[in-house]
Amino acid sequence: MSTRRFLLTAAGLTVLAIAGTFLLDPYRNYQLAVIAATFCAAAGLTLLIGVSGQLSLGHAALMAAGGYGYALAANALTDAGVDGVPRFLLAFLAALAASGMLGLLLGLAAARLSGPYLAGVTLALVVALPAFAAVFGGVLGGDQGLQIAFDGVPAPLRMLVALEQWQAWVAILVTAVVVTGIAAIRRGGAGLKMRAIAADRTAARLSGVRAGRVQVGAFTASALAAGAGGAILCFVTQSVSPGGYTLAFSLLLVVAVVVGGLGSIGGAAVGSAIVVLLPWLIGTLTGALDLPAEIEQRLAGNLGVFVFGVLLIVVMAARPGGLAAAVPVSWRRRGRRAPASVAPEPEVVDVDALPHHPTATSETER
Amino acid sequence: MDRLLFLLATGLARGAVFALFALSLVLIWRAARIVNFAQGAMAVTAAYVAFAVTALTGSYWVGLASGLAAAALLGLAVERGVMRFASHASPLSGVIIAIGLVMVLQSLLGMLAGQTVRPMAAPFDESPIVVGGVPILSPYDAFVLVVALAVMAGLALLFGRTSLGLQLRAAAFAPEVSRLLGVRAARMTTIGWMLSAAVAALAALLLIPTELGLNPHSTDVLFVYAFAVAVVGGLDSPAGALVGGLVVGVAMSLVTGYLGATVAPIAVLVLLVGVLLVRPGGIFSAREARTA
Repeated sequence: MSTRRFLLTAAGLTVLAIAGTFLLDPYRNYQLAVIAATFCAAAGLTLLIGVSGQLSLGHAALMAAGGYGYALAANALTDAGVDGVPRFLLAFLAALAASGMLGLLLGLAAARLSGPYLAGVTLALVVALPAFAAVFGGVLGGDQGLQIAFDGVPAPLRMLVALEQWQAWVAILVTAVVVTGIAAIRRGGAGLKMRAIAADRTAARLSGVRAGRVQVGAFTASALAAGAGGAILCFVTQSVSPGGYTLAFSLLLVVAVVVGGLGSIGGAAVGSAIVVLLPWLIGTLTGALDLPAEIEQRLAGNLGVFVFGVLLIVVMAARPGGLAAAVPVSWRRRGRRAPASVAPEPEVVDVDALPHHPTATSETER
Repeated sequence: MDRLLFLLATGLARGAVFALFALSLVLIWRAARIVNFAQGAMAVTAAYVAFAVTALTGSYWVGLASGLAAAALLGLAVERGVMRFASHASPLSGVIIAIGLVMVLQSLLGMLAGQTVRPMAAPFDESPIVVGGVPILSPYDAFVLVVALAVMAGLALLFGRTSLGLQLRAAAFAPEVSRLLGVRAARMTTIGWMLSAAVAALAALLLIPTELGLNPHSTDVLFVYAFAVAVVGGLDSPAGALVGGLVVGVAMSLVTGYLGATVAPIAVLVLLVGVLLVRPGGIFSAREARTA
């Protein structure tokens, strides 16, 4: 796929998504905005896990960093008398700065660690998030979190769209930019280096790939995407609190990435939709069944987590490629004609096949 | 000074539990080269069994025994039913499957038993004994310390002095060769899992009465602490787990006592990152196991 075609595809999908918001009612548009925010973080995570082979269980903490960065900057700007689009853009930059800094620090640690250790450190980070919010309660607002000023629909559009639809537009536009960036990294030289390191670190270093630097870069890029997702969530809900970024949510991001197919951007999109919509669908279904209140309360939340856990085990054990691998190969690779690669690069990085993957290391010499 | 002594003593008792749980992680790591992220969820499931049996029979000890038996069975089921599908080519596969298991077990517990916190009674008095005007240890803390150290000594004997222990170590170290020499390597891996799950359940059962109570998420923090202990001590080293556990236990007790309980998770994170950056192999690990 040429760069032009790649950008055209991205623009086309964005326009399609924005057009789609006209078909949805306000609550569906709100859900769409949440899916977009989740997709932002999931796209970053799929780059990290699926392409560079680093497992993070703490991406919710990076999203929270973005959310807090956005909220703090937005409140400061509101006090300074700035509002509207400049406030959004500046606060968004602050969100990226916050999550990028945290991601860089974590990435520096991550580059020295292999799979289970990195997973453990990121797990400890997300478990410590409420503690951070409490210890720095003066700034971060403790358990209550932070509220931000309301961002209404801009005046020229007020006749045309409702608030939720406008929020969905913003979410889709931001997500489009971020995901296009992640996809560009994934298909470019940096992505190739990440694959090479994931496949065989020693061979990659012998071929001149600076493994540590590439891994730190992957972690930072992934953190920026997660921070953007957190900023969108903060923009949509006008608040950020540690209760929104629990370990459970962090694990849901992993579910989205694994079920969609590790390393696949499209898979991350489908996975994000699943993790946002499935709990809501299950809630609606159990609500419709007219169960006794106590049973319904026990099923609420738990049934969704149960389904996700089973999905995670089954997909990982039986189909490590996830949903993306279920799409026919000929359809997925149509239009891919990278001149230097004899074998097409894998659309989905199959974890089983990683160490034996023949093309990844040879292509780095290009 | 009185307070310091008290905090050190409780820290040691708490640290012994961390060490025990970390030891269970070391056991699985040595048997199967997997860091079992589901260890906490498996332990809390066993704790629910123990709770139910205690409520039914009225005896703490019967509950404890059935909890340990349930944990061993769960270890067997997990190893035979789920973990064998993990790809050995990449450590990520095993971690992700374990996380799926955490979600399944915790949500099942949530559906069957509800999210409410159930207080769990300790078999001994929990108020500290006062020696010369200084409160030191509660009888229950002493019990925890003795049980944890006894189990660790027992495991050291098992691995160092018995034929079964030799076979366990051989199967973990060189599965192919030991199979040629007549060791049932697959069975040894399964035994390793059962042993490890039972040890983890024991740690959870010892800890829960001193905490808020039983809940599907009771062991989340214990797992994080024990993981930190295993990292500090080195995943390959049982002695490292013991010393690391006591160090982390005392450090957390001091942090909680002087700075407040909210700071403790941050302290663990700082400790974890610090050790990994300064000495990625762990304090006691002989080999470079963490990178590459």
